[in-house]
Amino acid sequence: MSENITEKKSTGTGTIVLGIIAAVAVWYGIYMQLLPFSEWFSYTLLKQSPESHLGSAVQFFVYDTPKVLMLLLIVVFFVGILRSFVTVDRTRKILAGRRESAGNVLAALLGVVTPFCSCSAVPLFIGFMTAGVPLGVTFSFLISAPMVNEIALVLLYGLLGWKVAALYFATGIMIAIVAGWVMGRMNLERHVEDWVMEIRAGESGLEDQQMSWKQRFEYALGSVKEIIGRVWKYVILGIAVGAGIHGYVPEGYLAGIMGDSSWWSVPLSVVIGIPMYTNAAGIIPIVEALLGKGAALGTVLAFMMSVIALSFPEMVILRKVLKPKLIAAFIGVVGCGILLVGYLFNAVI
Amino acid sequence: MKIQVMGPGCAKCAEAEKNVRAAVEEKGIDAEVIKVTDFKEIAGFGVFATPAVAIDGKVMVVGKAPSKKEVMGWL
Repeated sequence: MSENITEKKSTGTGTIVLGIIAAVAVWYGIYMQLLPFSEWFSYTLLKQSPESHLGSAVQFFVYDTPKVLMLLLIVVFFVGILRSFVTVDRTRKILAGRRESAGNVLAALLGVVTPFCSCSAVPLFIGFMTAGVPLGVTFSFLISAPMVNEIALVLLYGLLGWKVAALYFATGIMIAIVAGWVMGRMNLERHVEDWVMEIRAGESGLEDQQMSWKQRFEYALGSVKEIIGRVWKYVILGIAVGAGIHGYVPEGYLAGIMGDSSWWSVPLSVVIGIPMYTNAAGIIPIVEALLGKGAALGTVLAFMMSVIALSFPEMVILRKVLKPKLIAAFIGVVGCGILLVGYLFNAVI
Repeated sequence: MKIQVMGPGCAKCAEAEKNVRAAVEEKGIDAEVIKVTDFKEIAGFGVFATPAVAIDGKVMVVGKAPSKKEVMGWL
């Protein structure tokens, strides 16, 4: 009897795995055709010259839009599978009672894969505090969660190559670890709103349920639908603006304002970035175009990181649990980390 | 029956409330749907990700908006 059940289960899983392999193969086949198609479409069908403004803008748009959307599809799906193994509650249990240092590293890494939306920042903060997770470790998590994000990673890889994507990933994690650690050293606990410390959290509400592979698969597909449904407009809009800059702004035009020769361009881009509220999907195609026109990589990355990691609305949400001084410390420490990364990239590349 | 929908008011929380109400209506049962926005109260349920839904005090889902079909399965 029990043998039968195991057999049935494994066939189900087998079908799903085979289906995924087949889908990836089809995906790859289409993906490889995107560049030739965009060139044929722009230069043969529309008879534009590759050197003309319009021709290069159109080709950029026709190539990058499906490429980015396809990359998003595949990455969001596999991140979804990964996320079906992690829940906020499990993360909270893993981090509870961790010492700093190792705790900061673990929290930064878990921040990347734990699924939670920005409006959960406050309940999550309360959950971590009541579980006895140190404040600095909690911050490592809260910094890495928005900063190192799969959509940003896909866009950077798709538009700028794996080296930039890897640098972004590594420095994002480093900022989360170091900033959380520094904040832990600053003894800021008394700047958490008093009511948070008085809360006696109930026992974790939902027992961990084991998901079947079919459920994980459905969960991942659901997150693909949800995320792509939400960001596709920004991706297309961003790529359209990027295409315009790509085709029409002269090469080297931005080297003066956003280049690496001026020391103030990095802090300026951080200051401009903080109050801006957009997501990675909208900002990165623009980043790519800026880079192509002579802006320095460090400056542009600093701008992007401050836009996605230090957003004003998130500060307003966190104000419910943090006193102003702690918020200021948060912005200050993370801002400094981003500045350093900006200067580092400008110096190295 | 008392159904509590927990969430500070983001889009997903609104979706959770909408689906719960639709499910209650379709089942035609007498249930009170309450929106919980107070973080202290939410933490009291042991819930650290929103939206979340509890039926008669028992947490059914955390961190995602349930579909109408899912909610109907619980009722």
